[in-house]
Amino acid sequence: MGSAAKTVNRIFRFYYDGFRTMSWWGKKVWIIILVKLFIIFLILRIFFFPDFLKVNFSNDRERSDYVLEQLTGNN
Amino acid sequence: MIENFDLSLVNWSRAQFALTAIYHWLFVPLTLGLSFILAFMETLYVRTGDEMWKKITKFWMTLFGINFAIGVATGIILEFEFGTNWSNYSWFVGDIFGAPLAVEGILAFFLETTFVAVMFFGWNKVGKKFHLASTWLVAIGASLSALWILVANAWMENPVGMAFNPDTARNEMNSFREVVFNPVAVDKFLHTVTSGFVLASVFVVGISAWFLIRKREQELARRSILIAGIFGLVSGLAVALTGDSSARTLAQVQPVKFAAMEALYEGKSDAGLTVIGALTDSGEKIGEKKVHGMKLKIEIPGLLSIMTTGKGDGYVPGLKDLVNGNPERGILSVSEMMERGGHARQVLIDYKMAKELGDTDSMAMLAARFEDKDFVENYFRYFGYSYFDHPWQVIPSVPVTFYAFRVMVGLGFFFILLFVLAIWFHRRKTLEKNTWFLWIALFSIPLAYLASELGWIVTEMGRQPWIIQNLMPVHVAVTNISAGAVRTTFWLFAVLFTALLIAEISIMVRQIKIGPKQ
Repeated sequence: MGSAAKTVNRIFRFYYDGFRTMSWWGKKVWIIILVKLFIIFLILRIFFFPDFLKVNFSNDRERSDYVLEQLTGNN
Repeated sequence: MIENFDLSLVNWSRAQFALTAIYHWLFVPLTLGLSFILAFMETLYVRTGDEMWKKITKFWMTLFGINFAIGVATGIILEFEFGTNWSNYSWFVGDIFGAPLAVEGILAFFLETTFVAVMFFGWNKVGKKFHLASTWLVAIGASLSALWILVANAWMENPVGMAFNPDTARNEMNSFREVVFNPVAVDKFLHTVTSGFVLASVFVVGISAWFLIRKREQELARRSILIAGIFGLVSGLAVALTGDSSARTLAQVQPVKFAAMEALYEGKSDAGLTVIGALTDSGEKIGEKKVHGMKLKIEIPGLLSIMTTGKGDGYVPGLKDLVNGNPERGILSVSEMMERGGHARQVLIDYKMAKELGDTDSMAMLAARFEDKDFVENYFRYFGYSYFDHPWQVIPSVPVTFYAFRVMVGLGFFFILLFVLAIWFHRRKTLEKNTWFLWIALFSIPLAYLASELGWIVTEMGRQPWIIQNLMPVHVAVTNISAGAVRTTFWLFAVLFTALLIAEISIMVRQIKIGPKQ
């Protein structure tokens, strides 16, 4: 095994052993982290928080024209 | 103009952002401060070889880990909100907001996540010194992450280092150095980070006090109180000093917020600093805004003038000066600023019309005005005032700002006293005897969170109605979407964050009750 492969293997073992021997609270918070990331990125981001300018306009020219309209309009 | 805008949309968007930011900030300061406390404790372990310090470090590291894990990614939601609810603002700020946030993202990812793993998985697997270095890098990395967020926030309060491009309708950064060394950013970073250190110190002293009340883990508790007491005291004094420096900067760049914090309506030379006071309705008004009187006032004569101008007889403008103007003191009226801002907006309207007509000569001539120093300094800098109908609309909520500021400062001094007593009782070996102190220390934990949140309330409520000081009011920044959609996501967040908070508190309380591993 080359030295680079050894290093990768050591890093993998480091994380693998760390996760395998994790304490009760560690496992619990990892579940919370995964559920939270799922809710944030796969539910909130997609269904509730689209980027308004990206979704409604196809290029930066259209986006800047829209904002220019907003800034100069009768707000 | 402002009356025609859907205020329910603006208010729900504001409420949603405030809710997210307040919850996010429940997690951040403990991470900032506890990481340094861990680093001090582990340093003592590595230097002395005393296993007790290792046990202490590992115990507090568990609580740090719970807080860090539950809080991680809660700030990302704020970035979602920028894109969905504040699209005009997001576009208008251009790369100025994006650049610091990108640096923060890279730093947070590489520095924190890599070394956090070493902190938790690396005991007995990496060398003592490497582990210690990782703990220090997590602490430094957390504060550096905060730096970039605070730089972005400070730009909103004092926009510098940029030029407005009318063609793209965006501000473009022309000096990264000016953005980073913005005086508001420097003060804000130092004040916010040190206040996080204070919160974490109160947390450690409070939990340790609980152990002493329960007559458990007494050695751990005593040593923890000493470390957190010293760190908290130094940080508390730093908070007071940086607060003083912030006030001076604030008086220059956000004088209306400063006057609102002091409920100062009439400008004064030899102005006193109000320590406490109760606001009353004076019956007078500035436009539609109430003018407050004050009773039960205790003030330190001349201190406000000294704090802001460095001279006892220095003039501190009041809200009336700032709204109506004071030519003798060189203060422009808001009406004048509205006129100048209106002129800048008219140039932008003319540019837009020229663009629609394809009149490239006029476009070039009008675009050049946004590069002209005189136009930028005397007209464009008041651009946002063109969106108001009445001068009084620039006044924030005086009671919220005034009381939030006083409670925050009062608690800050209370924590300094708490740390002094903690060190004193520790030195005299009388911590356990003074159970009254231990109970106060325990109940100070929620007060530390209250003070920390109040700091942001002063900052953000005090600068209303601006999202970017003088350039963009909040109602212009908001995306024109349905208020119902914002209301729905507001409640979704309320449920999500409350669940996270309950999870954090319950897991943390369980681990505290278990105590350190033997």
